[in-house]
Amino acid sequence: MDFLSLAFLFLIAGVVAVPIATRFGLGSVLGFLIAGIALGPVLAAFRVDVVSLQHFAEFGVVMMLFLVGLELEPKLLWRMKTRLLGLGGLQVGLTALAVMAAGIALGLYWTIALALGLVFALSSTAIVLQTLNEKGLMRSDGGQAGFSVLLFQDIAVIPMLALIPLLAMPELMDHATAVAVPNAAHGAEVSVPVEDGHGVEASGDHAPEGPGWIETIPGWQRALITVAAIAAVILGGSMLTRPLFRFVAVAQMRELFTATALLMVVGIALLMNHVGLSPALGTFLAGVVLANSEYRHELESDIDPFRGMLLGLFFMTVGAGIDFLLLWEDLWMIVSLTLGLMVLKAGILYGLGLIFRVRGADRWLLSMGLAQAGEFGFVLLSFTTASHVIPQSVADVALLVVALSMLLTPALFILYDRVVAPRFSLAQADEPDQIDEEAPIIIAGHGRFGGIVNRMLLGAGYRTVVLDHNSAQLRMMRAFNFKVFFGDASRPDLLHAAGIENAKLLVVAIDDRQQTNEIVHHVIQNYQHVHVIARARSRDHVYELWAAGCRDVIRETFDSGVRAGRSAFEAMGMHPFEAERMAQGFVDHDRRVIRELADLYRNDIPIHENEPYIRRSLELREETDGAMLSGRGAYSVQFDKAWSPPVGRDEGEEADEQCRRDAEARGAEDA
Amino acid sequence: MPRVIVYYAHPGHRHSQSNAAMWKRAGQVEGITLVDLYAEYPRFHINIAKEQDRLLSHDVYVFQFPLFWYSTPSLLKEWQDLVLEHGFAYGKDGTALAGKAMQVAVTAAGPEDAYAPTGYNRYPLRDFLRPLEQTARLCCITFLTPYALHGSLKAHNKAHIEHHIAQYSNLLEGLRDGRVPLKEAAPGTLLAPDTLAGMQGV
Repeated sequence: MDFLSLAFLFLIAGVVAVPIATRFGLGSVLGFLIAGIALGPVLAAFRVDVVSLQHFAEFGVVMMLFLVGLELEPKLLWRMKTRLLGLGGLQVGLTALAVMAAGIALGLYWTIALALGLVFALSSTAIVLQTLNEKGLMRSDGGQAGFSVLLFQDIAVIPMLALIPLLAMPELMDHATAVAVPNAAHGAEVSVPVEDGHGVEASGDHAPEGPGWIETIPGWQRALITVAAIAAVILGGSMLTRPLFRFVAVAQMRELFTATALLMVVGIALLMNHVGLSPALGTFLAGVVLANSEYRHELESDIDPFRGMLLGLFFMTVGAGIDFLLLWEDLWMIVSLTLGLMVLKAGILYGLGLIFRVRGADRWLLSMGLAQAGEFGFVLLSFTTASHVIPQSVADVALLVVALSMLLTPALFILYDRVVAPRFSLAQADEPDQIDEEAPIIIAGHGRFGGIVNRMLLGAGYRTVVLDHNSAQLRMMRAFNFKVFFGDASRPDLLHAAGIENAKLLVVAIDDRQQTNEIVHHVIQNYQHVHVIARARSRDHVYELWAAGCRDVIRETFDSGVRAGRSAFEAMGMHPFEAERMAQGFVDHDRRVIRELADLYRNDIPIHENEPYIRRSLELREETDGAMLSGRGAYSVQFDKAWSPPVGRDEGEEADEQCRRDAEARGAEDA
Repeated sequence: MPRVIVYYAHPGHRHSQSNAAMWKRAGQVEGITLVDLYAEYPRFHINIAKEQDRLLSHDVYVFQFPLFWYSTPSLLKEWQDLVLEHGFAYGKDGTALAGKAMQVAVTAAGPEDAYAPTGYNRYPLRDFLRPLEQTARLCCITFLTPYALHGSLKAHNKAHIEHHIAQYSNLLEGLRDGRVPLKEAAPGTLLAPDTLAGMQGV
């Protein structure tokens, strides 16, 4: 099958299945899995190598960890250390041991049981993170605990790969090399899905621990190279990114940023691959290093589409890879193994949740969410068969268990959503709110206007995310320790990366009128919960923003003009308080007029051809002229009445009498 | 010699019939400080530290205002709320103003007979000044006999109003020169212009 037909097949399956699944509340992951299952027979008929496709798609996991790293500042990572090592370490250790014990009880040899334990201890980073993000649970305590565990698992894959060849059983050797080689072709790359040719050579008979050359040098040198590679990622990430992006920015081409971001991720993956480390770990580290950089949101929005596409492809290959023939043969055995595994994993996670004080619904989220085996399980399985640790027949069953448990995960999330979470929502109402990691305020444009808004908000203790696409402006703001991010705020994906879903407020303070309208329109249409404050360049612009649905429009020079007018009043000898009242009267009047005319404004007709608009504004002008001629001033200040009876005499007596007469009349009526 | 500061509060200064004239008259008295509150704080953003400094550097505080709904105009109330802070003017360690004196100069539109049990205001004008009197008491400030003008709007009362205005400067000069005794006002009393006229040359 040629590339285009294959791409077409996967794209159409995804485009059809995911919206349907989402509409039924199943989530995108299950949608992709179902699409994959549907594609399975077609792919088989065309003899498509689903496994190698899957390894290619696993690069999506690498990208996802890069993105996860971007959202995690080093500070935050450090705060997670107890959970990362404690919760994560115990989860992997206990699950591996429990599965091993169960395996021995089922009559497996201990090395096979241990290897299976390691395989099943891992959960699916791809499914869990994707689902948590989709449901907005990532920042909940359960989500954070789950993330710690997943991160530890991703790191733990590396020592596991070193450990597994030691479990090799000589009697499996001959048998295994014959059967396992086709499947193990990628085992060598392990979590290194980048096709670099090394994998195929390295697989097969000798223990495939990453690319060949690193095997040939002494251990201490390897350690040194490993440390150097990690140092290179951290130092390069923190020191080279900014000059690199500044260099690229000269070309004034948006696509070049995407290319550069991609280059970074691929480059780091390649480097990690060559020194025998997990590329997922490497890109994750790079992400953490860049979490504080002003290019963070730009990188996020550049990489995100690739991650989404690749993960979608990955989920589809998981669905397509399910061997239904084998499944039907041993249906009950495989289903009960899967359910048993999931109950076991969930039970261990629940217990650990108790120890690490993950409370209420969050504990259920942790244990139900991570109960499946994961994509690294596939990788480890093909690696174990290649290393003659597990016989092919066992691996085939295990593969089905992994795939089936992944398939069941979205169902568990639905169960959590419908049954568990509602039960705890009442109990949790008393607990203090989770502190949101994303700022609830986004400011687009940090110039003379947005800058003032930002300074006021920061001064009052609010946290803001600032987007600006002026590199020079950015450099200056950074010099003053402001947290600003590079990016064109009119890009919906950048707003998404800045966290518009969770934002309370968006301040649009960019210069370009057209872009302002686009952002306002986009956000008001798609995120009804976000309050939008928009800067209007002119009177017409106010009408446009009003038509776009914005109800908090601020004219950029209006207030300063009013203040200048007030100063002029005072300079002419007007009492300052009266000048203030006159200015307020003017503001009220002008607002009323502009509000009324906004309804008559038509986007499609120029103002000088808009008859109703012209008629009404002429009427309004006559009104003010009339008021001015009457001597009260055009914007007569109503308050004066209260401060001085207009006729210059005391009316208290009359009022009092009137009041008494009325009261008497009422009394008479009552009687 | 007591240092005198006059706080004037009238949001409708331009339309005022007696207060503006009194204020103008006060401006002719030398050696006292004058503050038009509505001119200084047209947006009600009171500079608390500055106001407290003013209080510390003066001995007699004159509050000149028209009675609005039996109380001070809102900015003067805001001024009290913000400037007479706990720990400064009253409460624990709040003794900064102890021994100072407060002179109220108030105008009321209603005639004197309206401020009587049978009148439509039912209580004497002096009763409506009790919140200020008690405020002064709590700050250990001597509350002097209030200088009050009834019927400030009545056109046929012109002579009476003018007499009141003329004697206002006499009051301010008297306070400045120490001719007005700084002692606690007797309950229920108001200061009449004639009393001030008699004070001349003391």
